[in-house]
Amino acid sequence: MTEVVESAASKRLKRVALTMLTFLLMVLMCLPGLWVVLSAFRPNREILAKPPIWIPETLTLDNFGKIFGWGTEQVAIPVGSYFANSLIIALTSTVIALLIGMAGGYAFARYSFRGKGSLFLGFMLFRAVPGIALSLPVFMIWSRLGLIDTKAGLIIVYVSLNVPFTLWLIDGFFRQIPVSLSEAAQVDGCTRWQAFWKIEFPLARSGIAAAGVFAFLTSWNEFALASQLTRSTDSKTLPVGLLDFTAQFTIDWAGMCAMAVIIIIPALVLTFIVQKHLIAGLTFGGVKG
Amino acid sequence: MIRALRTRRVETAPFLLLTPALITMLFVVAVPLVFSLWASLTPYQLTKPATLWRFIGPENYRRAVTDSAFWIVFGRTILFLTIALNVELLLGLGIALLINRITWGQRTLRTIMMFPMMFSPILVGFQFKFLFNDNIGIVNNALQSLGLTDQAIPWLVDARLAMFSITLAEVWMSTSVFAILLLAGLFAMPRDPLEAAKVDGCNAWQVFRHITLPFLMPFAYIAMAIRSLDVARAYDIVAVMTDGGPAGRTELLWTVIARVGYENAKMGQANAIAFISTLLSIAFTWHFYRKLVAARRYMGGAA
Repeated sequence: MTEVVESAASKRLKRVALTMLTFLLMVLMCLPGLWVVLSAFRPNREILAKPPIWIPETLTLDNFGKIFGWGTEQVAIPVGSYFANSLIIALTSTVIALLIGMAGGYAFARYSFRGKGSLFLGFMLFRAVPGIALSLPVFMIWSRLGLIDTKAGLIIVYVSLNVPFTLWLIDGFFRQIPVSLSEAAQVDGCTRWQAFWKIEFPLARSGIAAAGVFAFLTSWNEFALASQLTRSTDSKTLPVGLLDFTAQFTIDWAGMCAMAVIIIIPALVLTFIVQKHLIAGLTFGGVKG
Repeated sequence: MIRALRTRRVETAPFLLLTPALITMLFVVAVPLVFSLWASLTPYQLTKPATLWRFIGPENYRRAVTDSAFWIVFGRTILFLTIALNVELLLGLGIALLINRITWGQRTLRTIMMFPMMFSPILVGFQFKFLFNDNIGIVNNALQSLGLTDQAIPWLVDARLAMFSITLAEVWMSTSVFAILLLAGLFAMPRDPLEAAKVDGCNAWQVFRHITLPFLMPFAYIAMAIRSLDVARAYDIVAVMTDGGPAGRTELLWTVIARVGYENAKMGQANAIAFISTLLSIAFTWHFYRKLVAARRYMGGAA
């Protein structure tokens, strides 16, 4: 009897130890990112200090004030306009990609037609073209069309970058909705168009939102194409702007960390909101052919 | 009769719905790719626009494949991908198996695990450049404070160490993708075969090897297929961390494209290398897509 109790206790102890170990491991994995976030709130002289200062002595918002030009000190990098460009470009391209992806995803999920499999694969293979390889011909064509260093030029590219994956995710979400629901609505007198907006769209809404977040993040984080297709504050995005810091005589580490935090915050918030749907979309969309 | 009507009506609808998607892909990817192929067959230089219309055949390709420097970069890229992807898969599998066994706080763990996924490659590159800086980086500071070394280790200056640092950054960025998809696979796994195997006297390793692993394979292939779409994102990491240096020893296929095309303005040559890298990526995606389809068929739609 005591033996049974003992083994139960030791089993529990093992479980607690394993849980603690896993948590520790995950925190350790996040440490590099957290160090950058912490450094964004420290003055540059503390980051550069020798011998190193391990425990922050002063935490300040000055770095953010500086890069946005609020305080007395300023950096010569127009982070404000980069932020606006990133937001406009990412949002516009996401909305367009979602509309195109919804139409295409619905076609893939609800109709069967010849060449469907190869068409689907074709979309994915187009997406596989490396950004920097695609940038060469796009750069040559865009400079003839006058689209270099314009927001529209980048938006067009990002839409095409996002369509295949959006299509894949949305196809998966529509597949999970039984066809019988829409058919029942059509028997009751709805047109297919009405059935889509009244039945299927509301049911797939959270999944479509997840696809939208994924598209937004792809555009928000993209660098290879943006770095070649943008030139000035007219269209430069945040990831390209981050490299402005390295062009300066001394690297402003604190400023770069602050800018990194600005880039990461929207990504962080959006991913937390849709993480559940995103995983479901990726696995179901991929497995249930 | 009704059925016949229905099939006839659906003939045009899917193509109408797919038209916007097809047009976008055609004009922003297919047409530029054809143009890229043409440019790769000319001696085009950005400074001499007329050279775009001089056809010289596969000269640029011949120059690339007879250049030993090209093969060194090509080999380095393949080696980099092989190591990074395998480490990511193994680490991801380990993390997924670990988190799957945790009952308390599993949701929180899953959320923490996704943290690196939110970082753009450019940020990951900057982050590791900051950590591995030989003067003010936390890695050297820690090693020196602990007395493990009295000299600053040149993490990003020494060629081998720089390649190691870049690979570490890549692994940090992408392990989560594998972990999260494999964990989703573990959640979807039916309990019955596991219990049956235990009743039949299989040990933990046998259960893992013959039941868990085969079940997880489609999920591993999904992860590989997704990763294959964006392996070239390593370009961003290298561009920030070392920009191909020191002396071109961390150069990957993708950074060479940028160097030849934009810095040296030799667009013809750059397009030839870009085309080779595109074919490589497409072959990679194709391979894992086939594997995914085959695994799914083998599983009989159970997954």
